[in-house]
Amino acid sequence: MKKLVPGLILAAALIFGGAGARAEEPGVIKLGAAVSLTGKYSSNGNFTRKGYDLAVKRINEEGGVNVGGKPYLLDITYYDDESTPARGAQLVERLIQQDGVKFLLGPYSSGLTEAIAPVTEKYGIPMVEANGAAISLFQKNYRYLFAVLSTTDEYLRPAVDLAAALNEDPSKLRVAMAFENDPFSQDVRAGVMADMERHGMKVVVDDKLPPELNDMSATLTKVKALRPDLLLVSGHDKGASLVIRQLADQRVNVPMLALTHCDSARIAETFGAAAEYALCAAQWASTLKYSDPLFGSAADYAALYEQTYGEVAPYQAAESSAAVQVFADAFERAGTLEPDAVRDALTQTDIMTFYGPVKFDETGKNIKKPMVLFQVQDGKYVVVYPQAFAEGEIRWPTPAWSERR
Amino acid sequence: MLDNLSLLVEFPAITLDVVLNGLLIGAIFALAAYGMALVWGVLNIVNVVQGELVVLGGYITFVAVQYGLHPLLGLPLSAAIMYGVGWLIYRGVIFRVVDRDIFISILATFGLSILIQQLANLVFGAEVRSVDAALGSVHFLDGMVTLANVKLLAFLLAIGAGAALWLFLRKARLGQAIRATAQNPRAARILGIDTDRVFAATYGLNAALCGAAGSLAVMAWTIHPYMGLPYTIRSFMVVVVAGVGNVGGVVAAGLGLGALENVAGFVLGVEFQIAFVFALMVLILVWRNLRAARQRSHLE
Repeated sequence: MKKLVPGLILAAALIFGGAGARAEEPGVIKLGAAVSLTGKYSSNGNFTRKGYDLAVKRINEEGGVNVGGKPYLLDITYYDDESTPARGAQLVERLIQQDGVKFLLGPYSSGLTEAIAPVTEKYGIPMVEANGAAISLFQKNYRYLFAVLSTTDEYLRPAVDLAAALNEDPSKLRVAMAFENDPFSQDVRAGVMADMERHGMKVVVDDKLPPELNDMSATLTKVKALRPDLLLVSGHDKGASLVIRQLADQRVNVPMLALTHCDSARIAETFGAAAEYALCAAQWASTLKYSDPLFGSAADYAALYEQTYGEVAPYQAAESSAAVQVFADAFERAGTLEPDAVRDALTQTDIMTFYGPVKFDETGKNIKKPMVLFQVQDGKYVVVYPQAFAEGEIRWPTPAWSERR
Repeated sequence: MLDNLSLLVEFPAITLDVVLNGLLIGAIFALAAYGMALVWGVLNIVNVVQGELVVLGGYITFVAVQYGLHPLLGLPLSAAIMYGVGWLIYRGVIFRVVDRDIFISILATFGLSILIQQLANLVFGAEVRSVDAALGSVHFLDGMVTLANVKLLAFLLAIGAGAALWLFLRKARLGQAIRATAQNPRAARILGIDTDRVFAATYGLNAALCGAAGSLAVMAWTIHPYMGLPYTIRSFMVVVVAGVGNVGGVVAAGLGLGALENVAGFVLGVEFQIAFVFALMVLILVWRNLRAARQRSHLE
């Protein structure tokens, strides 16, 4: 039912467009996407869809994309993958085989992207995805997969970078790490390990957190005894909530703390003063100074999103919109709607968007956009990294608990 | 692992910190375990849904705080509402399985636990929830030992609840009726005790204790819909070690489990903390079985 309405509009457009065959009538480029509209990823799946829709709406308002001198409007056929990988792969087969879709937008989550990529690869259908960050996706030599977001190994690298820049001798730095024992967090860990080795930093605590984590006090007691200069934590929402709560409860002093998932765990809202000074890795923020001609600045995008959907723009929507922009750019440069030509054009992508710069390496991941670091400052999330696009200065080092109010 | 051991030797204060914190955590386990011991002793039911009752108690406090209530007031609220929830669960499901085989009651409560998990996921979402009670913490020995006040509160509450329960079971009419029913339901019925009401009250009391434990858990840590099982396992272990009619034993076993678990988490690493709890349960069951076998051979 959900796809019926756009389907009908498309059918109507095809019938009337085809029958009329007037030169000035814009053509239609069919994009397809299986996203999680129900199931455990439904909230993020809906953000993904809203992001795609908003970009399509804006591009069509501006007259569509110009392919080889002829204007085309974009249209997306959606299916609901119910947050299950097997269903996602089936639906993509259906999009390609039955609906004749030649260009695919990604689903939500690495797991679903992993299930779909072999299918698009088999049919030679280019896919630009915005919500699958696992580095393993880009180690399989896929030729038709492109991702606009930063990969998992990038998440906490800016924190190591910042720590190295702020301290006079990075090789003297001692680091404590607590990473959940799941693919995502272990990817994050692998990413920072390489950087820390390069700087000659010493790892003093390297704990694996269990998926059923409920108490981090054992790890934090070690941190208290060993006094590292930097504490890195990645354990989804649980890890972020627990570390903030228990660092304060146990009065553990650490000059710099960086974590993932603090935005989704809402640490500033939930924990107040205890969350101050925490650095949070994120894909995007509406306060960044990126901009493009279609949406304007990141803040303009956020305002348009809020006006359209009545909610604050999440980064999942922003990166999804950027994926559509990347496709539009590739269509125009390819000058044809032949999938392989578009794929070749995608490999040459080098654009600036409100979401950040996009340029793919040979594996299809975006190598130009850095991760963003927020810091909780006076109860607000303030971007402090990358410095060139940041709104505020980092507050460092974090004072001891005895000096905090 | 050896590094962690040497850390304990190098900083004796850390050892104290780990053990004391473990004892305080154990108080929360003891609270949930009282309830399980009651239900087990009186209704002869192993209540597999125990952990989910704890999680529900946590959600009640969480929601109350969203509406502006102070977290500490959420504690009695959770207990009161959960008493009602427990009473409803008894009237809906448990009373049908009270006199049946223990296997049936385990299946029934297991089913309930899955149902509550899914409902909690539907209503509250899969997000991790926590409540900031802003109680701060006390610290001494140069800040090396810190005890969160919310855990101290949990400890006092667990001891207080234990004492109150002990008194209640001995002095109050309903408490005496509960004990009589536990000893022999048929004789209790003949003597005019409404055992059905006693069962309902016992199950409600259990849920209320779990509600209080959950309220403390959401203030000390975090909760999410699928977090019940470790609480069920811990309660089960505490009761297996302490026995069903032994309030003091439940406190001791609960605190001991907390301390052991925390030390294990420190020495083996947090990734083995829950694994340690599960392994310990297997060991205790094997030990119980061996001891029981020895007693049986004694009788022959």
